[in-house]
Amino acid sequence: MTLDEVSLGQTVRVERVGGERAFRRRLLELGLVPGTPVQLVSVAPLGDPLELLVRGASLSIRRAEASSVSVARLEDSPSSALARPAVELADAGCARGAP
Amino acid sequence: VINEERPAHRALEPASHRERRRSKRPIVLLVGNPNTGKTTLFNRLTGENAKVGNYPGITVERRSGKLELADEQGTTTAVELVDVPGCYSLSARSSEEQIALEAVLGLDDFPAPELVVAVVDAGQLVRNLYLVLQLAELRVPFVIALNMIDESGPDAPRPEAIARVFGVPCVATDARRGAGIDGLKRAVRSALASAPVSSVGLDYPDALRTPIDRVAEALPPAWRGSVERDRALAMWALNSVEEDDELTGIPAELRERCAAAREQAAPRDIDLEIIATRYGFLDQSAKQFYQRIDPHPPKRRLSQRIDRALLHPVFGFAIFILVMLVIFQSLFAWADPAIRLLEDAAGALAELARARLPEGFLRDLVSEGLIAGVGNVVVFLPQIALLFLFVGLLEDSGYMARVAFLMDRIMRALGLHGRAFVPMLSGFACAVPAILATRTMERRRDRLLTMLVIPLMTCSARLPVYTLIIAALFPPTLLLGWLPVQGLLMVAMYLFSIAITLIAAAVLGRTAVKGRRVPLILELPPYRMPNLRTIARSVWERSFVFLKEAGTVILVCTIVLWALLSYPKPDPAAIGTTAPESRTPSAEHADQALAIEKSFGGQLGKAIEPALEPLGFDWKIGVGIIGAFAAREVFVSTLGLVYGIGKVEDDALPLRERIKRETDASGRPIYTPLMGLSLMVFFAVACQCMSTLAVVRRETKTWRWPAFMLAYMTGSAYLLSLLVYQGGRMLGFS
Repeated sequence: MTLDEVSLGQTVRVERVGGERAFRRRLLELGLVPGTPVQLVSVAPLGDPLELLVRGASLSIRRAEASSVSVARLEDSPSSALARPAVELADAGCARGAP
Repeated sequence: VINEERPAHRALEPASHRERRRSKRPIVLLVGNPNTGKTTLFNRLTGENAKVGNYPGITVERRSGKLELADEQGTTTAVELVDVPGCYSLSARSSEEQIALEAVLGLDDFPAPELVVAVVDAGQLVRNLYLVLQLAELRVPFVIALNMIDESGPDAPRPEAIARVFGVPCVATDARRGAGIDGLKRAVRSALASAPVSSVGLDYPDALRTPIDRVAEALPPAWRGSVERDRALAMWALNSVEEDDELTGIPAELRERCAAAREQAAPRDIDLEIIATRYGFLDQSAKQFYQRIDPHPPKRRLSQRIDRALLHPVFGFAIFILVMLVIFQSLFAWADPAIRLLEDAAGALAELARARLPEGFLRDLVSEGLIAGVGNVVVFLPQIALLFLFVGLLEDSGYMARVAFLMDRIMRALGLHGRAFVPMLSGFACAVPAILATRTMERRRDRLLTMLVIPLMTCSARLPVYTLIIAALFPPTLLLGWLPVQGLLMVAMYLFSIAITLIAAAVLGRTAVKGRRVPLILELPPYRMPNLRTIARSVWERSFVFLKEAGTVILVCTIVLWALLSYPKPDPAAIGTTAPESRTPSAEHADQALAIEKSFGGQLGKAIEPALEPLGFDWKIGVGIIGAFAAREVFVSTLGLVYGIGKVEDDALPLRERIKRETDASGRPIYTPLMGLSLMVFFAVACQCMSTLAVVRRETKTWRWPAFMLAYMTGSAYLLSLLVYQGGRMLGFS
């Protein structure tokens, strides 16, 4: 699943950030490293761009670019995932990035 | 096309200038992410004395101010505090983004700082600490200001824990209310003596070790320092350098090694490995910073509730339109009394000079050139101040990012950034403040493209011209019995200007300012109460910079235009022989008309007449067009002088009647509806405004872009007018 396919209000976990290198690097540096939970908070009234909640910050990217971010559903429900500390989820990602 | 002018600029800076800057007070940098309250903190620390300058050779502004630090004995030391443009990371694609690294390390022409103050938003700690971690790895001395601590409530991160992890002092501050400022000053003072350097070391994957060392070997000698610093810089290069980046000062060897390292690592992604390791470290450390992590801080929850209204498909747009209407109305109408006051003051001052000074060149220069020129400059201040007040309110409250969010879909279709909307809208009032407001966009390409198309919007200075032409040449009749022809034409001119602007944006975005389109990544900061002090200061700074840098150009141009239309003075024998007292006003006006005809401007008008003829214009209109370069509405008063009507104030009725009677050599009227249309098209598109060119020069730091603007706008205007006039004649109109 990619980030543009997420339904409104749903929280997912980043698996891989693709797309053009400068864009990918910027998203990673803003904290969208694999394992980080991301919630689709809203969609602009004209259908684009999207508003995401990442690490307590609201970021907006366009659908076209969101389609290059692969995400996975959280096994548990979104509400309980949000109550969990972000750090635990992110650990998994950095273990993959830094063996 | 975008960043190539930088080295030349650097070479131009005299060495003595650089020396002077180095020998001044010790330098302390303020570094941090955007929206961390960095500017407010800067203002708190420096009091009222910021200087606005420029980084060497580039168009990024450098704000600096004196920070005074008192010790227990009461002796004060002063340092120069420099506000580095907000950034999320030190890694860079463009030379503008590269400033952060160069400023922090004192590379190239940048004076080496004694200390860095890293400002972090306590509400978004981990992401803010990414930049701090880069500083730590570079082994620069720094202290951390944990700002906006008030917004985190009882779950605020603990500064002692952050200080422990990084091994440098960390002070909690609330710049808006001024809390923690003294503590920060104390920390800065003692850090200036002790130069606290972090010893943080991260466990990067083993596979990264070889590429990092290989790249570190190719670093320029001036960059090198400790082993740790070299490694950190090697990672910076691995993250930043790519084939088509716009960085400066990267040796070819370094480029090659970065490319080779990335290639060898494939399919592994070096960027991801470096960044993920850093976030891994920060996420681990974050457990120590908090008692409890609240992924939805209260500030964010409140913002989301506000967003539900402000980003609503119906109410959101309604509020948006309302806000934009208020801004537009204020620029268009509310600034008017202040503008009139300034104009009247300049007029009164000119009268005074005329009365006091002895007749002659000096009197004319002072009253008609100098004072008029100063008047032409200050007349922009009300609109500049108002626009920057609104821009400040929008930025500071967080609404500007929502404007970009709401309008992105539309603006993107034009190749423009969502943030270009407010400057573009302001262009309907006046291009000068609108161009200054393009600063709200980060990327140079977005700024440049917006600047180039803003002067095509129907600004208020075009209205007197349109009004004159429409009222004189088109009948006040109703089309189909209910549509007023004159009003319809005015609306048509607005629509025409919007269409031309959109076309120009699409064309220029693919040609002159190509640059790579970087995908949008927009942060929507939480809503905050705007800080009026910060805004007032930015209004003052913007006005001052305009006066200082664009004002001189406008002043000089006014004097040149005045001289063009006043010299050479006609032979006294040719003009009225009667004594001045007994001259009738009409005789005086006839003298004025003769004087302007014989002037350089008049001669120039006649010289370009053959070029203007295909558009339906004669030399008198040519003179009007030359005069209109001071400001478009001057066209009307210049025509008044040319036709011997004298000063045309608000009531242009005599001028209207006069131009209707104007005929060419064969007795045909010159001012026909078709010619009027051609003239309006010319005024809609031509770059008839020296002040616009002066501010573009100020914002781009080169004459190339204003020259390009003049050429593309006036060239298109000529072609379009030609098309209208000749096409109209072919279709049988006159």
